[in-house]
Amino acid sequence: MSTRMIAGKTVQVNEEGFMTNPAEWTKEIAEELAKEEGIDCLTDAHWKVIEFSRESAKDSGKAPTLRTITTGAGVSTKELFMLFPKGPAKKVARIAGLGKPEGCV
Amino acid sequence: MAEENRKIAFICSKGNLDMAYPALIMGWAALGNGIDVTIFFTFWGLDMITKSRVDHLEIAPVANTSMKMSMMGVPGNLGIPNLMGVLPGMTALSTKLMNDKMKALGVPCVREYIEMLNDAGANMYACKMTVDMMGLKDDDFLPGIKGIVTAGDFMDMTDGAQIIFI
Repeated sequence: MSTRMIAGKTVQVNEEGFMTNPAEWTKEIAEELAKEEGIDCLTDAHWKVIEFSRESAKDSGKAPTLRTITTGAGVSTKELFMLFPKGPAKKVARIAGLGKPEGCV
Repeated sequence: MAEENRKIAFICSKGNLDMAYPALIMGWAALGNGIDVTIFFTFWGLDMITKSRVDHLEIAPVANTSMKMSMMGVPGNLGIPNLMGVLPGMTALSTKLMNDKMKALGVPCVREYIEMLNDAGANMYACKMTVDMMGLKDDDFLPGIKGIVTAGDFMDMTDGAQIIFI
């Protein structure tokens, strides 16, 4: 376990760069992490997905799978892959300050 | 220069319900992780993308040594005797059992999976030789199937990909 500075805040991260304490997450951190993932600007649609994921993790204790997001957040598969291109499963979880999603669907 | 993206290709050659899922699940996981996915449906695997067949995939208990009564809550290693497996309705029963188990886990049906994979950017093709052999045509396939291609075309498309045969 190590720490790193994101958006002026020191947070705990694991070896893959996922934050390990969701409580340390802020919107500024999300914007910074999004940039690292190649998403320059988080739109309302992005936030809808991020906020849903954080809510879902609050209840279940783990990052939602893609299908949980598409069925729960009212975002289509196409849209989700457009918003977070090249690997939305990890990208959404990382930007939302959650661990890697557990589950296959 | 940008690093080339990882690529995975699946060859689906089986039409049994249990053999339909591996490529769908792994393909979906690959797309979620940003890996390019190509799927080639050949022989009985065409059932997975044929409109009239996709909702009727089955699993037969006959000669399936891994299918035990424990799936139905009977403890131990008790199998389903082949002699019983041949009775009318046994294939329907085991199919229902598997579909119910998948549903309980929140796993979508094959038709929906193909749609999800297409929406997520998978490239899916039907095998020309088998399509000709079975007398199928473009119209018979689910939307999302990009075309009917030869084995050679598939080889061209999957240059540098990791190929998984199912």
